[in-house]
Amino acid sequence: MVVLEHSMNLNRFCSLLIAILLLGIPAAAQTTVTGAGATFPYPIYSKWFDEYHKLHPEIQINYQSIGSGGGIRQILEGTVDFGASDGPMTNEQLAQAKTKILHFPTVLGAVVPTYSLAGVTQALKFTGPVLAQIFLGMITKWNDPAIAKLNPGVKLPGDDIVVIHRSDGSGTTYVWTDYLSKVSDAWKSKVGRNTSVNWPVGLGGKGNEGVAGLLKQMPSSIGYVELIYAIQNRIPYGTVQNAAGNFVKADLTSVTQAAAGAAKSMPVDFRVSITNSPGADAYPVSSFTWLLIPEKPANPRKGAILVGFLKWMLSDGQKMVEALSYAPLPKEVVTQELAAITQIQAPGAK
Amino acid sequence: MTPLFASTLAIGRPRFRLAARLRSGDVVAELVAFGFGLLLLLITGLLAWELWVNSALPRHQFGWRFLVTQTWDPVAGNFGAAAFIHGTIVTSFLALLIAVPLGVGAAIFLAELAPPRLSDAAALLLELLAAIPSVIYGLIGIAVLVPIMRTVVEPFLKKVTGGFPLFSGPAYGVGYLAAGLVLAVMITPFIVSVTREVLLAVPRDQREAALALGSTHWESTWHVVLPYARVGVYGAVFLALGRALGETMAVTMVIGNRPEIAASLFAPGYSMAAVIANEFTEATGDLYLQALIEVGLVLFLLTMVINALARLLIVATAQRGSAH
Repeated sequence: MVVLEHSMNLNRFCSLLIAILLLGIPAAAQTTVTGAGATFPYPIYSKWFDEYHKLHPEIQINYQSIGSGGGIRQILEGTVDFGASDGPMTNEQLAQAKTKILHFPTVLGAVVPTYSLAGVTQALKFTGPVLAQIFLGMITKWNDPAIAKLNPGVKLPGDDIVVIHRSDGSGTTYVWTDYLSKVSDAWKSKVGRNTSVNWPVGLGGKGNEGVAGLLKQMPSSIGYVELIYAIQNRIPYGTVQNAAGNFVKADLTSVTQAAAGAAKSMPVDFRVSITNSPGADAYPVSSFTWLLIPEKPANPRKGAILVGFLKWMLSDGQKMVEALSYAPLPKEVVTQELAAITQIQAPGAK
Repeated sequence: MTPLFASTLAIGRPRFRLAARLRSGDVVAELVAFGFGLLLLLITGLLAWELWVNSALPRHQFGWRFLVTQTWDPVAGNFGAAAFIHGTIVTSFLALLIAVPLGVGAAIFLAELAPPRLSDAAALLLELLAAIPSVIYGLIGIAVLVPIMRTVVEPFLKKVTGGFPLFSGPAYGVGYLAAGLVLAVMITPFIVSVTREVLLAVPRDQREAALALGSTHWESTWHVVLPYARVGVYGAVFLALGRALGETMAVTMVIGNRPEIAASLFAPGYSMAAVIANEFTEATGDLYLQALIEVGLVLFLLTMVINALARLLIVATAQRGSAH
């Protein structure tokens, strides 16, 4: 009797121990993956990482929006598991990497020309060369024949154009100057493309809100802001002529079209600029934003988590982006990316 | 009584002496204070060292040219900080030009003329003003000051001065003048607050002696109280200047952010602190990043030089004062 009672106690003890261990396992196996980089996609990334954590409570993805430059530096130094950038890494930067770094487009953004012009209510039409000349300081009056020709019927004032640009380094500036470099040789040789450039004319505002603030106060000014910012703050913006010759107003559909147009000539590493993209309905000042993931992750377990996340992001994740005013990836690009994910060397990835 | 007796006994024995001294706290306080003092030097030294080491690339590539050229081209990798240095110095001194007479005048009123109750209430308000985050000043600057500058102040100055180069060119509203004004508003509370305290600390005898010799209230303030408090007033001014030199957020919101040296105060400019804050996060190339760090180094050195000049000024005037 005594022996039996003893063994029952032992059994109870053992089952209790196992139960504790079982409870303890998920907590102990919680894995935190860290990333850093671009600020532009931060709202959708934090939404994604939050949703993904709800689906997989054992996985926690932390993202710090320190800017694309910072994201590239951190992934090169290996201080984060993944990076994020609004502009693709340059060949020089890729050469510095210890392990090959892969680019994965996540969502699309666009940049729109916006202006404050008393008495003008309809959306103004612009072409790339005209925008380049305005931002180069070669077109200085609103009633310049080049602008008037594009906007028949609009009463343009004879005021001086005040150019407003971003003063902080930004992916928005990169996309804008990348577009101007493609459509204007003068811009390409005099200014070029970067997150911040040596602006020939104009005033600088800090952030989209700084540019919008200056625009509001400066009569007869022109600037550029992110499409999302313009949509959320109901800022009117102009249409831009695309490579097919159509004047396109930026919206989520026309931005996704720009990526679809570029899908046919997509390079294997996805480092592609989709500004001035072909396609009848494509908005020309659009861009991908990328996740930067090492081909051989230092920690295979974290690599497997990133693979799982990428697959989810390309399917269910894409359904969440429009609610936050981001343009989703076109189907073609999703297919190309799903094929490219296999390059990540993470054994055990589902 | 017993503990006291015990401690007296302990002091008598050599092996308890250190313990007793530790207990009395002198040695501990000395060591801790020494440590803190050393830490201060160490932090300053490390700061200078880090700035120096991490700006090696542009220092070697551009040399002294970095300080005198004003091209800032991240695409071509061509960097010169002259426009930023110019902007920082112009806006800071513009701010001092406005804030020093205003601040010292207000402090004289509060310390010498105002009823004590009013003076204390004002001092409280001033401290509140000094605690307002700079981004708020920037917002008020861009929302209120800039439109007034563009539509009223700048056209008026242009008309009155008749094409004087300092007040010429298109009136954007944003620019050196707007930045200088915002800075002036920001640093005035510092000057008033510190100067008021210093003036209040002047011994009553000084005033009474001056009055006894037949001077008026104003003469005693101007010729006796203010000179007596001179060193403290300089301190207040240089504290304020330090804040103006390093101010980032409020300046970048109203200065126009254009890296170009212009003669006109209406023109948009840029400052050292502003360019670092604006471009650091997205600076990708090594040279670009290090050029921004070198701007930081220049700002650090400029602050040091100005502080050193302030010390010299204080020493020089103190000697002249004693020679009288």
